[in-house]
Amino acid sequence: MGRIPAGYLFRRLGIFVLTIWLAATVIWIIPRLAPGDPISAMVGRMAASAGFIENADAIIEGWQERFGLNEPLFNQYLRYLWGCLRFDFGYSLASFPTQVSTLIGFALPWTIGLLLLAVTITFIFGNFVGAIMVWSHTPRIIKALIPFGLVFTSIPTILAALLLLYVFAFLLNAFPMRGAYALGVEPGLSWDFIWTVIYHGTLPALAIILVSFGYWALGMRGMMITVEGEDYIQLAKAKGLKPFHILYRYMVRNAILPQITAFALALGTLVSGQILVEYIFGYPGMGKLIYDAIITQDFAVIQGTSYIVILLTAIAVLIVDLAYPFIDPRISLKGGR
Amino acid sequence: MSDAQMTSEALETADAGKPERTMGRFNKWDTPWLNGKLLTGAGIILAILVMGLIGRLVWDTELAFTGSSPLNLPPVGFENNRGQVGEWAHPLGTENSGRDMLAVLLLGTPNTFLIGAIAAAAGMGIGIVLGFSSGFIGGWVDGVIRLAADVTITIPALMVLVVISAVLRQIDLVTMALLIAAFAWQSPTRLIRSQVLSMKESGYVRMAKLSGASTIDIMFKEMLPNLIPYLFASFIAGATGAILAAVGLETLGLGPQRVPTLGGTIYDAISAAALLRNMWWWWGLPTVLLALMFVGLLLVNLGLDEIANPRLRKASK
Amino acid sequence: MLDNSPQRTAALEVKGLKIYYETPAGDVRAVDDVSFTLYEGETLGFVGESGCGKSTASMGILQLITPPGRIVAGEVRLDGQNLLELSEEELRRQRWEKLSLIPQGAMNSLNPTMRISAQFRDVIQTHEGKQPKAKLKQRILDLFQTVGLPARIYSMYPHELSGGMKQRVCIAMGIALNPKVIIADEATSALDVVVQRVVAQTMLKVKKALGVSMIMIGHDMGLMAQMVDRIAVMYAGHIAEIATVEQMFRRPGHPYSQVLIDSVPSLTERQALRVVEGITHDPRNPPKGCIFQLRCPHAMDVCRREPPERREIEPGQEVACHLWQRQPDGRYADVRQSA
Repeated sequence: MGRIPAGYLFRRLGIFVLTIWLAATVIWIIPRLAPGDPISAMVGRMAASAGFIENADAIIEGWQERFGLNEPLFNQYLRYLWGCLRFDFGYSLASFPTQVSTLIGFALPWTIGLLLLAVTITFIFGNFVGAIMVWSHTPRIIKALIPFGLVFTSIPTILAALLLLYVFAFLLNAFPMRGAYALGVEPGLSWDFIWTVIYHGTLPALAIILVSFGYWALGMRGMMITVEGEDYIQLAKAKGLKPFHILYRYMVRNAILPQITAFALALGTLVSGQILVEYIFGYPGMGKLIYDAIITQDFAVIQGTSYIVILLTAIAVLIVDLAYPFIDPRISLKGGR
Repeated sequence: MSDAQMTSEALETADAGKPERTMGRFNKWDTPWLNGKLLTGAGIILAILVMGLIGRLVWDTELAFTGSSPLNLPPVGFENNRGQVGEWAHPLGTENSGRDMLAVLLLGTPNTFLIGAIAAAAGMGIGIVLGFSSGFIGGWVDGVIRLAADVTITIPALMVLVVISAVLRQIDLVTMALLIAAFAWQSPTRLIRSQVLSMKESGYVRMAKLSGASTIDIMFKEMLPNLIPYLFASFIAGATGAILAAVGLETLGLGPQRVPTLGGTIYDAISAAALLRNMWWWWGLPTVLLALMFVGLLLVNLGLDEIANPRLRKASK
Repeated sequence: MLDNSPQRTAALEVKGLKIYYETPAGDVRAVDDVSFTLYEGETLGFVGESGCGKSTASMGILQLITPPGRIVAGEVRLDGQNLLELSEEELRRQRWEKLSLIPQGAMNSLNPTMRISAQFRDVIQTHEGKQPKAKLKQRILDLFQTVGLPARIYSMYPHELSGGMKQRVCIAMGIALNPKVIIADEATSALDVVVQRVVAQTMLKVKKALGVSMIMIGHDMGLMAQMVDRIAVMYAGHIAEIATVEQMFRRPGHPYSQVLIDSVPSLTERQALRVVEGITHDPRNPPKGCIFQLRCPHAMDVCRREPPERREIEPGQEVACHLWQRQPDGRYADVRQSA
């Protein structure tokens, strides 16, 4: 324990780099496969809405030069990759001359904050519920009630978000409909601001937690049932250990390991779900940024946000995977999966 | 056991205590495929599908198009913000561009299912081919396939799909399903690969090899049948994921625009501020339908889990 | 080898133990009316084919039967207390202190995510309370030495040990609290022959040194004969015969014991392996009469009518078979010979 085998480390880092490169490339290729280019479309739309734009052709040309669209494709590709490395995605088309990276800089902290909070609660709570579903010392009444809590599990996050919004914000007026903080409050490290952030964040976080804790609970239940049948649990009982000690040191400790791998694999879905929740709640994170960009057809922003979300997900998965050898003592000998 | 083959002979010698021999399954209804969760789930899904199909025959689906009906009517028995009451001509109400909700739902529900089914089937097909190749051929083929799956499995599909759909603008059902399938093959591939690897070592496949069966024969006659519960579960999980992705794209306004879908209806409702106008039927009905659909899929999946993993069955008693 | 005097005290008494497994087509009687006494300091071996209920019986004694299995009736007396009547907490306190287990699958009996030392510490501290670290470590190292384990495994994880080492760890764990009774459930079956022998010797040595009573469960009559004082032969949930090793091999009383002894390979005589003929009955629906009738070469009418009672055919040898009938002089004789 406590040592990451070199082979595992290199394979894992290699996969990380490949993932990012592949995603960046796909994002770059797709628009070039489509007829027309985003710039002309953009200026065309501006022209249409303003009625007439003087020297439209000149503007288009100027922009094309600025974006390097006149260079050979391969150079464009290299320039793009270089930009990705420096988080430079050029200018937003809809709110020129703001840089895409500036917009992302504003949105990202909200997304990461909400995601970390919601996902941590979900994982811990879900696994806890799954564990006590199997534990023989759980009071019967709790075991009987749990399945009702799992009803939300199957629903997409976006639907849960809609229902919560309707019931708690619209009908009951208990929570705000939109945003991450009240407009009157000055952002900063004040109690007022922290309170308003929690107040606004409750429903979005609840939407994520409600729909995904059941997934972990069911997975944990399956693992706990498998572990419960293991010889070492029987021996632990024969040893006369205290039931709670057996639960967390023998059962949960072993059952949680595959859950952690599953967690790494599910991160992509979790992030997607969160993006949609942000859009429903008008939460000023990446989800809202993407939605606004889709509405205004701001392709540069779509490209940049997609890349950043994919990058962040890959980093999170990498961290979980690299932490795994520290959690499962067996992996340091096996090396690799 | 050679013991078992001597049944009749031995019974004759020991007719006194004639025990009834019912080994293995106790009766034909005791098959694991008939478990409550699986049946309930399948029932829910079937009911939704049948309603969608029969509904087309009895209801005028032309009403699903813009301007075919009065605007913003509530369902029968309710009243909208302007004091209008629902009428039987539009039992589930209408939305703000004059579409009849019942017709929209009748058309949209099967469409949403269709996307899930196509995407899951395509993803599954790729998964079967790659998983079998990976597990059976091994070597560099296995290496490449594993790497491809490992590299792509953590990419949030929605993000790439958003980029693609944003560029394509107009997208039809099948294209969308196939796009989603591009992110739905990794799990089945991994699952099948690991099952094939463990099965390859099992006695009956070795016997088939020793008796000179060809690789293809072994793959399809000996191994595939044993994978069926896993494949089925994987298909349902794939369909659930695909519908999830499809609904996500649709609610972002990136779904097919020429045909109604459940997610697309929710998108329209949100962009028209249906929530604030208390037009709950507009977004609420598709939401409830989708929720039912997902509950059904979850139940089927749990049921299949119990078939593939008998320990769960015991524990659920 | 065995002190046959009547003043031997019982370490563990099992009376009328019944353990059934629930199935949709009725209960499977895994253990049906098993009674025996384990005397202080002795080693009692249980033999029988797989599925005969010997492991289930030992799990029943330890109160580790899990659903769908359940203990239907019986008494398990240890130190004058009926374990079946204890509350869960009382039972938990008694476990390991008085009754420990050397498990069947030592390979999987250690928690893979805990160091070996921690697995000793938790059992010692649960039962004896917190202790100074250094003292605890010395105690664990002493246990290692008793079973011939090197001190370096102290901080290792189970997957870093060989099968034989894991088995020794389980033995060391079993004696950690100096229990009155140890149950060794096929403790050596999973090991290869050479290691099996060494581990078995370790077990015997430890047993002698501590003077505990021991129940050994196995399927190999030959191996058993070298390790135990008395042998109990089990068939389909019933004890067919209990006797000293010497009695068992000199004159097995039950036809099934005979079959098991005949299947012990001998170096001096070459013979074909004897396959036990006949079928086993449906365990949900045992036949009337003797449980062994379907496979018994000597089955008589009475065997199909009524189950045989276990009778002491000579001091120390108890047999459940109709072949043995009481003679006018009060002794028991084999009807095959008297006929």
